[in-house]
Amino acid sequence: MPKTSDFDEGRAQAIIAEHLGLEGSLLPILHAFNEEFGYIDDAAVPHIAAALNLSRAEVHGVLTFYHDFRRAPGGRHTLKICRAEACQSRGSETVARRCLAKLGVGWHDTTPDGELTIEPVYCLGLCASGPAALLDGEPLGLLDEDKLAAAVEEVCEP
Amino acid sequence: MTRIFIPKDAAALAVGADKVAKTIAEIASERGKEVTLVRTGSRGMFFLEPLVEVETPAGRIAYGPVAPRDVASLFHADFLAGGAHPLRIGRPEEHPFLARQTRLTFARCGITDPLSLEDYAAHDGWRGLKRALAIGPAAIVTEVTQSGLRGRGGAGFPTGIKWKTVADTQADRKYVVCNADEGDSGTFADRMVMEGDPFMLIEGMTIAALAVGATKGFVYCRSEYPQAIRTFNAALAAARQAGFLGNAVAGAQHRFDIELRVGAGAYVCGEETALLDSLEGKRGIVRAKPPLPAHKGLFRRPTVVNNVLSFAAVPFILAQGAAAYANFGMGRSRGTMPIQIAGNVRHGGLFETAFGLTLGEIVDDIGGGTASGRPVRAVQCGGPLGAYFPPSLFDTPFDYEAFTARDGLVGHGGVVVFDDTVDMAEMARFAMEFCAIESCGKCTPCRIGAVRGKEVIERIMLGSNVEANITLLEDLCQTMKFGSLCALGGFVPYPVMSALRHYPEDFRPRAAAAAAE
Ligand SMILES: Cc1cc2nc3c(=O)[nH]c(=O)nc-3n(C[C@H](O)[C@H](O)[C@H](O)COP(=O)(O)O)c2cc1C
Ligand code: SF4
Ligand code: FES
Repeated sequence: MPKTSDFDEGRAQAIIAEHLGLEGSLLPILHAFNEEFGYIDDAAVPHIAAALNLSRAEVHGVLTFYHDFRRAPGGRHTLKICRAEACQSRGSETVARRCLAKLGVGWHDTTPDGELTIEPVYCLGLCASGPAALLDGEPLGLLDEDKLAAAVEEVCEP
Repeated sequence: MTRIFIPKDAAALAVGADKVAKTIAEIASERGKEVTLVRTGSRGMFFLEPLVEVETPAGRIAYGPVAPRDVASLFHADFLAGGAHPLRIGRPEEHPFLARQTRLTFARCGITDPLSLEDYAAHDGWRGLKRALAIGPAAIVTEVTQSGLRGRGGAGFPTGIKWKTVADTQADRKYVVCNADEGDSGTFADRMVMEGDPFMLIEGMTIAALAVGATKGFVYCRSEYPQAIRTFNAALAAARQAGFLGNAVAGAQHRFDIELRVGAGAYVCGEETALLDSLEGKRGIVRAKPPLPAHKGLFRRPTVVNNVLSFAAVPFILAQGAAAYANFGMGRSRGTMPIQIAGNVRHGGLFETAFGLTLGEIVDDIGGGTASGRPVRAVQCGGPLGAYFPPSLFDTPFDYEAFTARDGLVGHGGVVVFDDTVDMAEMARFAMEFCAIESCGKCTPCRIGAVRGKEVIERIMLGSNVEANITLLEDLCQTMKFGSLCALGGFVPYPVMSALRHYPEDFRPRAAAAAAE
């Protein structure tokens, strides 16, 4: 589950040290930061670059290439709604549009109360059970407007 | 003590399998019934999930789809003894959806506990590896070549030939990399293997390592598959513990271990060279070939890159012999293909069968038509870069060459069904948009072309200068097709052009609306 805590240099060094022995360790390190802090703070980049003997630009380039890596804190919860073809064939775009309208946000936005960030995703491998989504990593299928709203309400306590 | 089997496959979890399991456990203990819950993979009949199976003297009896509120009535109907109930399916293997399949790769999926080494061994597990160790590297490559196995990731390249190239290349170390990026919409077979029968993938990769002399393997799994990541990591730990991975694979003089790596939401990282760059910790940019990954792959060492399903087919081939596999299929498409029937379809799921069924048989007979009950209008095969087929092409046999002859793609075996409410201009627009979002940016026709393509289709959809813009779109598709480095930019013209060709009316909304009046 994504957490959002402030950047902490000690933790940053520990995360880097934990993964340094891996071959091609940059992605595992970035994933670990994303998990731990909910995003990858710009302040982490020089530490990672120094540890891996890379330039800051190289780390920045990798960080910005991948959709998963957040550069600013998101909500306490994350809803990833599938927008790929098989879910579209089962009406996912309508479900998504209504969900966004109800929450009054757009794709990639966080609700004003900081509870929920909504992201698009292109296939979750639930393509015979769409519309599909991942809510804090838990799969949801056969969604309609009400089911999705209920699932969101269940995790986002007011 | 009655054993009850409930899938832990993501598609079952998505429709409430955990809640059903919990309710069954609670009611059983209230009623003083002794039950053991076994969490399995999925049988692949997603229209029946959550599917609950009970072990009875007459074999397993299935009930589905079970909701938590059905559980009390199941106990009332004495389902622990296979009692009658409106949700009773009977013996799952007699269900028409399963009875018509030829399950070589998915023989265990949904039946065994994915993390039980005892189950795996009891259901023919490790037999391929044992034979591989007995016959040695050269003979393994010969078996795989003779089986006719072609890469199941999309390109259909002969697996045995790839392995031979790596085996023949000298280096200080070699790698085996499993492509579990499974980005195509409409596909889920790789996910089902990792969640439902992970030791089979470990066995297949280990056989590959023996064949080519590799000591390290990586599985690159997309981050959109958290359940697969959990299960596969647990399987790796169990296999290591039991000595199937490590310094002496299955007690033999061979060192091999596997590490799972997680992607970060980039479709293009399914392309093998972008995947290798990503594994090295770089941006996932497609490499120019040559050099081939088989010569200079991961960290510039000779590397086997195969799809999950390609590796997963190997234990059967080694255990039963090349001929047992090659006897299935048609033409140059040998063996079985796990077809994934998805989208707006009544009976969606995994259907493993020999190559050669027609698309119509797959969609209408097996899939049962649309879930909405409306007529089928279009079927997209082979993922977001595959063509749309109208029902008039439903006589096309599922076979690499037959699909290619009709500008189509078998790809990873996904079949996505759309009913007559689909707007094919919108699907063409989406194809371009997806390419624009996911382009690695290395070549101009793809990076810029996809953005322009999306804009041109948007203008067509608004009815502006339609015929001139369609000509422009066709030109652009030609440029992308021939000027792109990889199949992302190179194949996106297929869904676009097939939509234009087979559904011209959707691109001329004004003209059509006027004619209808
Ligand atoms: C844009 C793009 C995406 C791809 N995605 C995948 C994928 O998700 N999984 C896969 O196995 N192959 C994918 N491929 C094909 C791989 O490049 C490669 O052919 C395959 O991994 C080789 O394994 P195989 O011979 O077992 O099929 C993709 C290719 C392209 C161009
Ligand atoms: S076609 Fe697109 S994805 Fe492929 S190499 Fe070129 S820019 Fe990258
Ligand atoms: S297309 Fe939505 S889960 Fe695959």
